[in-house]
Amino acid sequence: MATAAEINDMPAPAGQPYLFYRHALVVRATHWINALAIFFLLMTGLNIFNAHPSLYWGTHGANPDTALRWLQIGAQNVGGSLRGFIDILGARIDTTGLLGVSTHNGAPSVIGYPAWATFPSYRDLATARSFHFFFAWVLIVNGLAYLAYSLVTGHLRKNIIPNAHDLAPANIAHDVVQHAKLKFPKGEDAKRYHVLQKLAYGGVVVVLVPLVILTGLGMSPANNAAWPWILDIVGGRPNARSLHWVAANLIAIFIIVHVVMVVLAGPYNEIRSMITGKFRIDPETAK
Amino acid sequence: MIGFTRRKLLGFGGVAAGGSLLAACDSLAHNDGITKVVRSAEKASLGWQRAIGRDALAPEYSLADLSPDFKVNGTHAPVEAQYQAMLGNGFADWRLKVSGLVANPTEFSLPQLKALPARTQITKHDCVEGWTAIGQWTGPQLGLIMQAVGPKPNARYVVFRCADNYGGEASKGGAQSTSLYYESIDLIDAFHPQTILAHSLNGKPLSVGHGAPLRLRVERQLGYKQAKYLMELVVTDSYASFGQGGGGYWEDRGYEWYAGI
Repeated sequence: MATAAEINDMPAPAGQPYLFYRHALVVRATHWINALAIFFLLMTGLNIFNAHPSLYWGTHGANPDTALRWLQIGAQNVGGSLRGFIDILGARIDTTGLLGVSTHNGAPSVIGYPAWATFPSYRDLATARSFHFFFAWVLIVNGLAYLAYSLVTGHLRKNIIPNAHDLAPANIAHDVVQHAKLKFPKGEDAKRYHVLQKLAYGGVVVVLVPLVILTGLGMSPANNAAWPWILDIVGGRPNARSLHWVAANLIAIFIIVHVVMVVLAGPYNEIRSMITGKFRIDPETAK
Repeated sequence: MIGFTRRKLLGFGGVAAGGSLLAACDSLAHNDGITKVVRSAEKASLGWQRAIGRDALAPEYSLADLSPDFKVNGTHAPVEAQYQAMLGNGFADWRLKVSGLVANPTEFSLPQLKALPARTQITKHDCVEGWTAIGQWTGPQLGLIMQAVGPKPNARYVVFRCADNYGGEASKGGAQSTSLYYESIDLIDAFHPQTILAHSLNGKPLSVGHGAPLRLRVERQLGYKQAKYLMELVVTDSYASFGQGGGGYWEDRGYEWYAGI
């Protein structure tokens, strides 16, 4: 069997599609472990959030502190029917069917996030917490393995972090147009990430995941004693909880866009490349 | 008509598929092997947090940071006749019993506890549900009481027995049976300088809602560890024989014994 380097050194057959070794084993393994961990972290996180579906900004924040509350998911009775709502920064949005009130087993249910979005699907803070903390450990250990690999090989620097050329306004504008037209790179150009991909992947790896981990630790009273600097930075445990929610939402939005892009770009080739490492390069079409 | 039926069938199929996916996911929460692996994270968290800050102090705040209205949670007012009688008598007959693996089993009256050197600390109270309140607590350090009673060499935990028979809420952790509230901590937390038996909140004797006459403050753990309405401290080598063996009221209902996270 040819090694990755041998595959990539083979001369590209003219006008023919060929396989290119794109993702190293460590990247592929950490990707899927990460995917499993984040799947459970998001769904257990929503279950945990449902125990107190409000967010505050300050050093304290509980039910009586309405002035500090900037987000709340709730339910109210409007003319005899149950309506769900989200209050966010002073605005109330009717979210019946999704937030506050949703249908579960055919009946309206008063719950923050709907059953289908949480793990377990029923209210169970204890179970949600124990799964959340288990997968938080998986996320951290897996993330450290990925970082160690990246430090040794320069993976982040070479492939993920945008360089000066990537960040040139003309290049960004070009990439935005290519994405808007759903034109995916071909030939040699398909062997590297482009600036929007780099910003998205780099943003998750370097900004959002560290932020979600630090703000998660910032909610732990024992961690607050050992590492008070996290609370010093964010300004309070309610702020850590708020930022944890914001970071988790941004990660969820990333996953949705990521999956949509995989489907649009050709799910078979994309998913195969993250399992076997091999990515089919299509020849550039004649202009 | 055929199209309608097909759509309806597809709709049912979708609901069934969605439902069985949820059920498949939920079954993980009931799988003994999986829950055992998942719950091993509790030991990892305890080990890690002790490694990075076994003696670290919880952050303390200023008077300006106090919650204007400190939320009452759990039992709001114990209905038990024994508690009501003590409350009616201004806790004159109340005694804190300290027993178990100690050299000198002792009973403390409220005036005796209030006469001991006290620690006053403004700390945050972090509920497992996610809210935070800040209050100023005053009371003797548990370490001082422990020194007075003299734990035996095989002592490992302090179990706190409370006066309230908390029914709990079905929405918080599944089916609930009623039983007297209790909690437990290990000796590292028992001798931590911020672990106190608080008789006052914000400079006033504890209200009934906040656990009169005496409650535990163990500042590096979540709210459910802060046992209210204290009646007895039992020093022990194992909490397996108390309650249902989990080490506390909520622990018996699935919550972690180590609530530092």
